[in-house]
Amino acid sequence: MKILIIGNSVAAIGAIEAIRSKDYSHEITVVSDEPYPVYSRPLISYLLAKEIKPSQIYYRSSDFYEKNKVKTILGKKVNKVFFDQKMIQLEDGEKVYYDCILLSTGGNPFIPKLEGIDKQGVFCFTKLNDVKRISSQIEKVKKVVVIGGGLIGIKAAEALKKRKKEVIIVELAKHILSLTMDETASSILEKALKKEGIEILTSDTVKEIIGDKEVEAVRLSSGKTIYTEMVIVAIGVLPNIEIFKESGLKIGKGIIVNERMETNLKDVYSAGDVTESYDLISGQYRTIPIWPNAYYQGKVAGSQMVGDKNYIYEGGLMMNSIEVANIPTISVGLVNPSSKDGFEVVKRIDKLSNEYRKILIKDDKIVGALFVGNIDRAGIITGLIRDKINVKRFKKDLVSNTFGLISLPQELRKERLYSLR
Amino acid sequence: MKRIFIREEFCIGCRLCEIHCLVAHSSSKDIIKVFKKEKPRPISRIIVEQKGYNSFSLQCRHCDKPYCLEACMSGALYRDEKSGAILQDKEKCVGCWMCIMVCPYGVIKREINNKKVSSKCDLCIDREIPICVERCPNQALILKEV
Repeated sequence: MKILIIGNSVAAIGAIEAIRSKDYSHEITVVSDEPYPVYSRPLISYLLAKEIKPSQIYYRSSDFYEKNKVKTILGKKVNKVFFDQKMIQLEDGEKVYYDCILLSTGGNPFIPKLEGIDKQGVFCFTKLNDVKRISSQIEKVKKVVVIGGGLIGIKAAEALKKRKKEVIIVELAKHILSLTMDETASSILEKALKKEGIEILTSDTVKEIIGDKEVEAVRLSSGKTIYTEMVIVAIGVLPNIEIFKESGLKIGKGIIVNERMETNLKDVYSAGDVTESYDLISGQYRTIPIWPNAYYQGKVAGSQMVGDKNYIYEGGLMMNSIEVANIPTISVGLVNPSSKDGFEVVKRIDKLSNEYRKILIKDDKIVGALFVGNIDRAGIITGLIRDKINVKRFKKDLVSNTFGLISLPQELRKERLYSLR
Repeated sequence: MKRIFIREEFCIGCRLCEIHCLVAHSSSKDIIKVFKKEKPRPISRIIVEQKGYNSFSLQCRHCDKPYCLEACMSGALYRDEKSGAILQDKEKCVGCWMCIMVCPYGVIKREINNKKVSSKCDLCIDREIPICVERCPNQALILKEV
């Protein structure tokens, strides 16, 4: 069988490793518009901050493709897909045929239609090339404005601060990290970032980027003008579905997939940030653009393609681990519901050490958890969320700093110790 | 493949497993030197949980379907083909704590001595029997072929 994979990030690797754990008989080809072997996108902020060696950006060893007998077509865009003919066409006109295809094209940064957005000195921050472009300009820059106080914006801001730049984050919401944190957590982190010298402007946004050819300043909706030589756009990421729009694929925000990572078309699978899939917490379909989800979806897709039915995607769980100003944080599931109805909250905050822990419970099951400052043993909670365990008998212990498997009733503990994977 | 099994009804909470684990993963491998001289002192890869009279010693389960491996964004975690153990390349680890976020046993720790890295049990793959199992005075940890 000829397996074709579009995209060369973690979902593709998950698929390749799953296929090759079974056999080497199928032909695998990977196509990507990026010229690099697989690298870790989340590590680009570490690279910009010079916290890792350039070679450390690569996710697998340099002989990965050779060892796994994978043919690569790198640095070439896919122009068009013809699912009815089981063929794709590359930008140079070359046609590639397949028996089975995996669409793992990831996400693209959302770029707002701002006046001046195309000026020199405006960058995104999701890919290796973004870091290369930023690095080539960075020496002559003193001050940077980061649009967006989400995960990517914060990571970019901290990296730039480590490169000794003046950094200003402009965030539209009332607080930074508003999707993954609550107000208490955001406030702790905002304070810590400010202490590091990063300026944060909330409830405000960039209205216009000013300059001749190059960025000279930004004008905010509050009327303020900030002089700056560089702007980083970090508002969000959207599924990269452009080439699939007229292809007959069922697409919502992303490509819709089932528990086997199949799309609505035969022999067409999809995995990773480009998909819209079942969410364990809301019970709805949504994009869950996080690393572990992408790897696992890739693994499911790869396994299913070669007839290994052992892996099923039972649903995704939104979660993030991020250190902000040296404060570790973990956020899992729903932490900031729009209405408090029906939710029970258990929390503990230590004002001195700034440790904060909050668990959100619905119908005796945990639906969300937030850890700030101390993240030890957070995964136990993630496991209880994932497996929808009834926590009625040990609710109070959940936020204790001695919480562990020992806090679980003995029969549940034994079950979890020996029946997990 | 060999795995460590926990028999909590036999654990007396002596925490010798922790001490021997720490020594086995130190640079001097000498119990006195480790505690008196090695700075920063290495950390044990074991967690001893205790509540009232109940206690048990917990270390990485080396899962068949490991969540940590899927979540590791630096590529530092990998499965050792020979032993089946989940091992870690500390050079590659950047301390993003994704593994801590997903491990349902909560057995991965943060090590922030020289460089931020996660710290986990390596099943003492260079030894025939993991040190915690070998030194447990009450056979509360046993090694079994699975």
